[in-house]
Order: sequence, then structure tokens, then C-alpha cells
Amino acid sequence: MSTTRRQVHLAAHFPGVNNTTIWSDPLHRSQIDFGAFEHFARTAERGRFDYLFLAEGLRLREHKGLIHDLDVVGRPNTLAVLTALAAVTQHIGLVGTLSSTFNEPYELARQLATLDHLSNGRAGWNVVTSSDAFHGANFRRGGYLDHADRYTRAAEFVSLAKELWGSWAADAVVADRSSGRFLADDAIATFAHRGAQFDVAGRFNVPRSPQGSPVIVQAGDSGDGRDFAARHAEVIFSRHSVFEEAQQFYRDVKGRLAGRGRSEDSLKILPAVTFALGDTEAEAAERAREDSLAQVGPKTAITVLEQVWGVDLSDRDADGPLPEFDPDPEASITKGWAPRYPNAVQIAQAWRAQAEAEGLSIRELVIRVAGRQSFVGTPGQVAAEIDRYVQERASDGFVIVGTTSPHGLDEFVDRVIPELQERGVFRTEYEEGATLRRTLGLPEPTEVVAEVRRVG
Amino acid sequence: MTRRTTIAVALDGAGWHPAAWRDPSARPADLFTPGYWSELARIAERAGVDFLTIEDALGLQSSVFAGSDERTDQVRGRLDALLIASLIAPVTDRIGLVPTVTTTHTEPFHVATGLQTLDFASRGRAGWRVQVSGAPHEARHFGRRTFPPFDLDAARREDSAFVRELFDEARDAVEVVRRLWDSWEDDAIIRDAATARFVDREKLHHIDFEGEHFSVKGPSITPRSPQGQLLVTALAHQAIPYELAATSADLVFVTPHDDAQASSILQEVRDAESRVGRRGRPLSVLADLVVVLESTPALATAALERLDAWNGAPAASDALIVAGTPEQLVERIAALTALGYDGVRLRPARLTRDLEQLAEWVLPAFERADAAGTTLRERLGFERPASRYAAEEVAA
Repeated sequence: MSTTRRQVHLAAHFPGVNNTTIWSDPLHRSQIDFGAFEHFARTAERGRFDYLFLAEGLRLREHKGLIHDLDVVGRPNTLAVLTALAAVTQHIGLVGTLSSTFNEPYELARQLATLDHLSNGRAGWNVVTSSDAFHGANFRRGGYLDHADRYTRAAEFVSLAKELWGSWAADAVVADRSSGRFLADDAIATFAHRGAQFDVAGRFNVPRSPQGSPVIVQAGDSGDGRDFAARHAEVIFSRHSVFEEAQQFYRDVKGRLAGRGRSEDSLKILPAVTFALGDTEAEAAERAREDSLAQVGPKTAITVLEQVWGVDLSDRDADGPLPEFDPDPEASITKGWAPRYPNAVQIAQAWRAQAEAEGLSIRELVIRVAGRQSFVGTPGQVAAEIDRYVQERASDGFVIVGTTSPHGLDEFVDRVIPELQERGVFRTEYEEGATLRRTLGLPEPTEVVAEVRRVG
Repeated sequence: MTRRTTIAVALDGAGWHPAAWRDPSARPADLFTPGYWSELARIAERAGVDFLTIEDALGLQSSVFAGSDERTDQVRGRLDALLIASLIAPVTDRIGLVPTVTTTHTEPFHVATGLQTLDFASRGRAGWRVQVSGAPHEARHFGRRTFPPFDLDAARREDSAFVRELFDEARDAVEVVRRLWDSWEDDAIIRDAATARFVDREKLHHIDFEGEHFSVKGPSITPRSPQGQLLVTALAHQAIPYELAATSADLVFVTPHDDAQASSILQEVRDAESRVGRRGRPLSVLADLVVVLESTPALATAALERLDAWNGAPAASDALIVAGTPEQLVERIAALTALGYDGVRLRPARLTRDLEQLAEWVLPAFERADAAGTTLRERLGFERPASRYAAEEVAA
């Protein structure tokens, strides 16, 4: 095979606080003790993953006015746990989800710059735009940002953060004992920003970090989200994992780059996927079915349905048929989830039609639409499928979502990674001293310093 | 049995003297690298230091209080202290880690979860040094409110409504953080497969704090951490900060310059405790000392003079500068503990020189009993409190 095969990029998603994570599995241990994060990170690094990925939620989810108790609850502060992981890993990227709504640019920029310094250039930021009053109730800033303003604030936030990161000259710290000069002249540019969201000025207090700026990751899927990605993102954490859909998304987003003066390889698209492996195809299928049943228990099936219908359905039998009535489009009884079902009536009708056509119960239907494993097969088959997506431009790789903590990645690393390496599409070693941006094969960002006004 | 003397070390940049980075033992080009901080922590841990504090601020260092001094001959730039502590946590086993985190512009919710996560990563060795920020240039970095020009004279006279407001906000911030730390009872995670419940939501509590500067609903996103309540500390020089410490903290750092002052400050701290009606364990009180250590008094004086010469002026310091021999420092510490102090927080003027001197000559002079446990609270003799919300249920 030629050496020009497109290379696969992989991220390892620490098991989330949702029903993908199978906490009832006896192999599932703590999801909060540091040892769990350490094992997961070390396993991902052993597997030569590009980066470790952490999601974030800033308020415990509520359903029907009560804290949702069916899924894993509880997680660490993203920045603190990633920096601790920097101490026990050497090569793997460390990417955290951090809100552009419930943080302030100066503080978050210096925390991310600190992570980049302390990890020797392995930091990444998944920019999210949580905006509702439900989350705002935990913050000084409070709720509520108009939905349309979410990306306005995110874009202004990221631009400002880039200005701060670029405000120290790369050679600012001279530290020459004999001359007594610590800083070069004019080493730190002042910033002054007045926009719709922020009115700030002063001097940044963290020197330029190894990557200059952390790798920007983004997951938004709306038109606004895709435009934001075309402007700022270097990685898209995509939910389009079905091949044709993935190819379409890939073409759409990559097509927006040229208009921004960006090359196609300056943005990697990585859909999130789960997996089920077996020695045979049949064994893998059986494991996938067991995982789905564990992920979508009867109570979870009803909860998913209630999220769409917006009303209490607890008197329904999960093994029975779907409700015969349509959802109330105004009703909402769930808080803290990403809005997954914007068009409830249409979704409900489609689900009911599918359930009737295929004779599915509520639980079977929910598994079918929201609880299936993405890649099911022998390690060789799964590797071949990953390779196909990448060669045929449906993705640049994947975010592999673990389903148990902390061992959910072990089998993938032990069995699928060697197959990918055998195919010549995945690294066998890290490049010594590489930054995350380099590991991902991303170009250096265009010089932000040019935009910075140098004032004295 | 005599009380175990607490010995803490305060880390900041290349050391506490503004010219410290020019000392031959300094590593000025490494100040922003992980290796620099891990190595300092390892030296301190091997020596038996009880805990480290790490300085922080939301603006560039300056030799003048408000704003920039444009100097290029001193260390400028600083990494986030909570994250430095997080980096150190997994590569140390015993030493306590107490980062400075500001209450003025930050979100109490993030502060709470960040510190809880440090407690998980260090397996129970985390603390918090509460700090307010009154500098107008730091407020401009956030832009949400405008601070008056800082009136240093009014602050010195303890006659500043603005200072009072900053400390009131800090008190609220600590209250929110402490409630969030208690918002999950210790046994909230049940993983009960029979009922398909991961948590017992009766053991998760909204904190419903409403104050002048912020309201926070809760609960924390992070389960209760190993220590439950982390060790809360504050540096204080005056009545208002003494009252914040007495209301909100477990331990206070003060800056006496001689024995007479040491006694009067201790009395002021106890008076502040009475004024705020502090109940339970009195504040632990540590005296801050800047240290320049050499084998003879003359060498130590010369070392300080050399630093001052590089600086162009004697270093300004809130805390007493002890330039002397390790024996002299040990005597000073013994005098403070005899006056009723729980111990000292030592600020090495030069890193790494004075930290190494402490490790080699000063810590071994204290034949201290082994610490009573592995968490920071245990090390300093504090109980692990139950969640306030669990206690309420018992009382009801």
C-alpha cells in the first residue's frame, strides 16, 4: 500500500454523565476518583490517541423537577482534572469542554494558557455555548442569553481570547541575569476591547504558551454553529456518524473553509462513536444488544419518550406501544440536556410510524433510534470501517466514547488500534515533543499578533 | 505533649524577593514549565513541609499597587495557582496544596468544583487561600464593574466602604463554596441496580444562596471530596480581614515583626473571633516570615544586600524579613510558638536556594511527631466534618 493513505485521528471520550455509560456493569468503577481519569488517560496514551476529551455540564440534570438519578451523576472541574492529568501523561492531548457563557475571557484564557504551559503544549478547548437560565442559576453572570446571542458571545469570546494569547511576544521572557533584564522591551501588548458582550482592557499576565493558543474544538451543528466552526474551529466533534450523513456533513463544513481563507486540512472532523467488539460478528452483535439493553432500561426508555412528548408518561409500559397522542410542542419537563428534539411533533410521528411498521415497543424503539452502537464487529471489521470513513472523506477519524469507567477503552486499545496500525493508517509512536496541534496534523494558526494593537 | 508546630512554605515565581530570579540558584527561564513546580514541591515534600501555598492574581505583577510599573527587571507573568496545584497533586503523596484563588471576579461555582477536584487529585490534601482583588486594573480585565481608584490611606485607616464591600463579597463567596462542598452527602452515590438509581437524590441538596453579588442554586456538579470541607485559609493584616478569617476560614496567616506585635496581633485575631461569634475550633494562626538563609549571619546579610542592590532598593515586605542562619530562624519560630502561634508560613526569598536551606537545616531541627493522617485536615489536626445537610436531617 502506498504511504499516502489518509491518516486516522482518534480522541478518547471519558465516559459521560448520560445513558451511554453503563454504570450497572460490574466492570464500571468510580467515575470521580482521580485514579479513574488516570487509568483512562494512560490507556488512551498507550493507544497513541490524539487526545483525551472531557465533556462538561454546569448543573445536574433535572427531569420532572427532580435531579435525574438513572444515569451517572457527578464529574470533576474540567480544567483542574486535565491539568492533573498533564502530570501523569507525556504525549496525549488534553481537551476540555468549557462554556463561553459562564466564564469570562481573561480568566479562562489564562487558565487555558496555564494548561498549555503545564502540559508542554497539549491543551485544547471545546467551546460550548450553554445559555439558559437553568444553568445560569449557578452563576454570578446568571441566565439568560438569547439563543441568537450564544454564538455572538462565543465568537467575541474566542477572538478576545486569541488576542490575549497573542499579546505576549514569543520572545518576551529574556531572563538574562547578567544584564538584569527579565522582559524584553515592549514585550507585552496592551489590549482594549469594546464589543456587544465584553468591554475590557489591560494586560494579560501569562506568557505565550507552547502552542500559542490551545486547539479550538467545537460541536455546534446549526448553521450558526457551522459558520462559527468554519471561522474558529480546528476540530469538530460531530454527531454525524452514519456514513452518508457523515460524508454530507464533511463536504458541507469543509466547503465553508475556503471562504474563510482556510485549507481543508486546517479543520478535522471527528464524529462521536461507540463500539462493540467480538471474536466473531455474531458475538459482537450479541454484545451490542446487551449494551443497548443496559443503556436503555425501561425507566430510561420512558424518560427519553417524556423528553420528546414533554409530559409525564410514567404510567406507560416500556414494553408496550408508543403514546397514540402527539406531544405538546410547548411543554418541557426536562432541564440540563442539550436540546436534542427541537421538532417534537414531527419526531413523535416518525417514531410512531416506525414502531408500528416494525412492531416495536417503546424500549425497542428508543434503542433503535438512540441506543445503538456505532461500530459492531470483530476488531478487524471495526478497523476496516474506521479506515473506510477516513479514506472516503466521511471523517478525519473519530471520538471513541467509552461506556464504562475506567476500563471502557482497554479493549479498543488492545484490539482495534493494532489493526489500524497494521493498515498503516494510525501512528505507532508519538512524535517526540509534539504539540497537540502537530499531533493532529493541523497547520499553525494564522498569526494573531498581527491583529493586536501594540501600545507602548 | 507539646503541639506539633505547623510549617508551611509559600511559593511565588522565583521567590519572594523581587530580584530573586537573578540569584545563581534561580531558574528564571523555567518559571512557566511543569518541571519547575513539580521539583519545588518534591523538595518541600521530602523535607516534611506540611503544606504549600501558591500565589496568584488576575493581573500583571507590579511594584506599585494600582496599575503597571513598566519595569522589565523583575519577574512578570504568572500561571494559574489552582492549576499549578493540580499539576503537583498526582506527583506528590503527603504535602498539602493550598492555591490562592480570588473571590472578587471569579465564579464561586467554578472555584468550588476546582478545589474539590484538587482534593480528589491529591487524595485529600487540598486547601484554599481566599484572596480579594481591589485593584482597578484587575477589574478592567473583567469589565463587569468599575472600581474606584484604590484609596490606600483610607484602607490603612480601616475606613473604606469599598474594602468592606470586597470582604463582604469574599465572605459570601466562601459561604457558597462551603455549601457546595456539602451539597452532596458522602453516601449520595448508591449505584442501586435493583431500582436503576445511580444516586439517592434525597442526599443531593440545592444550596439556594442569595446574596448581593450573586445567587447560586446548586448542588455542586462534583461529589463530596475526600476531606469534605477543604482547609480554608486567608492572609490578614487588619480588623476587616481578621473578621473574614474568623467568620470563614480555618487558618489565618499574619505578619508580626516582633514579639510584642506577635502578641498583639494574636489578641486582635481572638477579638475578631469574639466579634463575629465564631464557634467551634479557634483559628489556627501562622506567622509569615520571609527568609534569606546562609550559614553565618554576615553571609545572610550580604545575600540580602546583594538582592536589594540588584533591585535598586530594599525589598518592600508586609512580613518580617529574616536574613540569618537556620539556627536563628529556628529560634524565631520557637519564640512564636511559645507565644501561642500554631506555626509559621515561610516565604523563601530565593527559589530554590532558601527552600533547599529550609529542607536541609530548618525542618530537621523540629523533631515533630508524625502527622496524624494523610489528608491535610488530619495533618493539621482537624476533624472531617459531616455535610451540614446530613446533620440537619439528623437534627430534624
